Amino acid sequence: MNEQTIPASGTPASGKTGYNFAYLDEQTKRMIRRTILKAVSIPGYQVPFGSREMPLPYGWGTGGIQVTASVIGPDDTLKVIDQGADDTTNAVSIRRFFARTAGVATTDETGEATVIQTRHRIPEEPLKHGQILVYQVPIPEPLRWLEPRESETRKMHALQEYGVMYVRLYEDISKYGHISTAYDYPVIVNSRYLMRPSPIPKFDNPKMDNNPALQLFGAGREKRIYAVPPYTSVKSLDFKDYPFEIQKWEEDCALCGAENSFLDEIIIDDQGGRMFVCSDSDYCQKRREAGYRGKDPSAPRGNELLDDAAESA
Amino acid sequence: MYVAVKGGEKAIENSLKLLAEERRGDSNVPVLTLEQIKSQMAIAVDRVMTEGSIYDRDLAALAIKQAQGDIIEAVFLLRAYRTTLPRFGVSKPVDTAKMAIRRRISATYKDLPGGQVLGPTYDYTHRLLDFDLADHHVNRPEAAPTAPRAVADGMPRVTDILNSEGLIEEEATEPETRQVADLTREPLDFPADRDVRLQNLARGDEGFLLALGYSSQRGYGNTHPFAGEIRMGKVSVEIEPEELGFAIDIGDIQLTECQMINQFQGTAETPPQFTRGYGLAFGQCERKAMAMALVDRSLRSRELGEETTSPAQDEEFVLYHTDNVEASGFLQHLKLPHYVDFQSELELVRRLRGEYEARRQQTAE
Amino acid sequence: MTLEEERLLLRVTNLTKYYDLIIGCRNISFDLYRGEVLGIVGESGSGKSTLLNCISARMEPSAGMVEYDTRAEGLKDLFQLSEAERRMLMRTDWGFVHQNPCDGLRMGVSAGANIGERLMAVGARVYGDIRESASAWLTRVEFDTDRMDHLPRTFSGGMQQRVQIARNLVTEPRLVFMDEPTGGLDVSVQARLLDLLRKLVDDLGLSAIIVTHDLTVARMLSHRLIVMRGGEVVESGLTDQVLDDPQHPYSQLLVSSILQA
Repeated sequence: MNEQTIPASGTPASGKTGYNFAYLDEQTKRMIRRTILKAVSIPGYQVPFGSREMPLPYGWGTGGIQVTASVIGPDDTLKVIDQGADDTTNAVSIRRFFARTAGVATTDETGEATVIQTRHRIPEEPLKHGQILVYQVPIPEPLRWLEPRESETRKMHALQEYGVMYVRLYEDISKYGHISTAYDYPVIVNSRYLMRPSPIPKFDNPKMDNNPALQLFGAGREKRIYAVPPYTSVKSLDFKDYPFEIQKWEEDCALCGAENSFLDEIIIDDQGGRMFVCSDSDYCQKRREAGYRGKDPSAPRGNELLDDAAESA
Repeated sequence: MYVAVKGGEKAIENSLKLLAEERRGDSNVPVLTLEQIKSQMAIAVDRVMTEGSIYDRDLAALAIKQAQGDIIEAVFLLRAYRTTLPRFGVSKPVDTAKMAIRRRISATYKDLPGGQVLGPTYDYTHRLLDFDLADHHVNRPEAAPTAPRAVADGMPRVTDILNSEGLIEEEATEPETRQVADLTREPLDFPADRDVRLQNLARGDEGFLLALGYSSQRGYGNTHPFAGEIRMGKVSVEIEPEELGFAIDIGDIQLTECQMINQFQGTAETPPQFTRGYGLAFGQCERKAMAMALVDRSLRSRELGEETTSPAQDEEFVLYHTDNVEASGFLQHLKLPHYVDFQSELELVRRLRGEYEARRQQTAE
Repeated sequence: MTLEEERLLLRVTNLTKYYDLIIGCRNISFDLYRGEVLGIVGESGSGKSTLLNCISARMEPSAGMVEYDTRAEGLKDLFQLSEAERRMLMRTDWGFVHQNPCDGLRMGVSAGANIGERLMAVGARVYGDIRESASAWLTRVEFDTDRMDHLPRTFSGGMQQRVQIARNLVTEPRLVFMDEPTGGLDVSVQARLLDLLRKLVDDLGLSAIIVTHDLTVARMLSHRLIVMRGGEVVESGLTDQVLDDPQHPYSQLLVSSILQA
């Protein structure tokens, strides 16, 4: 078998790295693409797949990387974010991995990217038809904390036995007066499967609903892939009298003044001083370029700090 | 001004350079050679090959050197390399009855055909630090004497001896055409067949299997084991290329095999007899092979109709948690930024505290 | 169809269960009618729990048939139903009260959530309604509703059992299985719980199958009795008849030992 030499999307293996285009061999990519097709056909259903051992550790995005490697072609433009930012170390590391093994163009701009791999966020800028959003998933099973056994949870999905998930929400309300799940908030996809959206804040949940982009979820260690096809309904679980709601901040972004973006809290001194800035670094940057300003627009962020960070590493 | 730690490409590069420097250590000390690792840290090499699922002493030694002796990191390096290799075929089952014996012991018979062969073992060392070894000029130990006669050829396995009396269950016989499962290609599925379980255990973390096997000895799913036989030595590996139609020898590998013998009550269909637990590891990994055999037998409780109440008998619990590369990655991913999740929790806790305070003041009024 | 058949709720025919070499129960047949309470009595090891587990579809019998009058399609063999249908039956039209409340309750969630779970499982999505319903059932089982947000492990055994009963009744099942429902409780607590059970069964027109080794429980709750020994039925009939005038020597022994005690 000479699977290593079959060109990917018309591009031969890169001689320099000694690895196939985007690292995975073509047989593996085909297997993963078949899995993705199945996942797209049954929205929200977790499809088991022969996850490979990747040169990055399990739990650090191996599922997302395998999905990205299987859907990316030489003409694609890749964006990688972690916590919403392009310059967090793991995002840098994954982007480097693809730049090295696939030689694809990379970008920080949400609008420019054809494939976006993410950990823990959905970009603030609305996604477009034709884009693919790849989520890194640590634990794919939404029922896992209620039922540790895979054989049992598969049965529960098959029979749509999701009552116990509502028990959790019920308990939250009777204890705190509202649902207290703040991230990885469970959703029902296409009115059928209960799905874990990966640990994105519930702030991002509404963005999944009826999104024009294809959303793919890869869990490498747990060996599952699932998908939300474009324009598919994604509903966050709730009660009619306690409807789902998202986080709100009392402040706006200190840099760009955004009122409706997810904010990171930044500790600025040891006296309890803090400021809030957009977690989506590209979104914040774009707004500032367009002339928007927050109350402390001079504060440096992101790339401006790279030199400091490099010195301290 | 705020100081956010968002390291970039530069920071990662510099960290890698620092790591390489640390790995090399004091440049006045000679570089550690792979030959030294292979010959003087052979048991570490064996463990890395076993859990890394690839029999290659040179690569394992390289991985150990690159990982600065961190065994799990070395296993990871080897696994990530292995996964890129094409699969040419599947070997014929290795015949351990034809093993060139270097060590062979049985705890169930005082004497048996072929005898007990201690071989190189730590079993009877006194664990006293040998300060002579600290002196690197003393490099030639007293030569080990040669046995007066050669070790017997084709030593029968203890389980085969029991088998001839029908006292132990038959070794599972599978048709040659049956495809052996491969966890590196297909994900785990439950209930898992024994070939899947054995492959999972063979790749599994020695420490985890040791603890599980130990728990079964202490009463968590007692399996009443006897070490029927442990043997270590070289066996030849044969493959049968389709176009050839007969098997050819492609080389020797060193293995440690452990066959545990366990009590079993019998059922309506079968009379009481002994059952088997099986362990196999590359090289000299005796502790691993024994622990594996105990856990293998524990995991057979479902098929043997025994009550399953203990962790070592719980196939989902055991098989999902044996892999140290998976476990280590997931555990260490906690180092990755979680500020978005944490921010969400912060917001929630602040809100809950605010509501709590409001309620308290209300009741106070 | 005769009037008799119209009222039929559950029919057991030649039910047999083996465990390896051991017989659990053998050749059991009986009918259960709507509104009827059947007691199964016998010593431990007599096969009464095996029988209960088989007819409540928690265990598959080795031979024989269990038919149930489903709301949609009438009399159906339980083991011919799909697993989805069986599980649906178990959490709506049936109840199962375990001897040990730990087996029938989620000990980690509040009493209210324990009761609400069944409603949520069949699609209730208004928190206020679920809570109201849970509270109403707690009142019905004479449980202090101030404690509905507390965890079951903070309750006494008798209170836990009341929560378990409410959890089962909230979907208004037609048939409730009970396995030694008052076992392990103090005598005075037992008496009050028995009173409650009798009242609920009467008020709701429930059918029930109760396994017990305690003839007092059997006498108070059941209309008819089955006496089991060694996996077989040795005597059956109206409760008063069996207890006041037992025909089989083993039943006579059972009755006399309780009288002496």
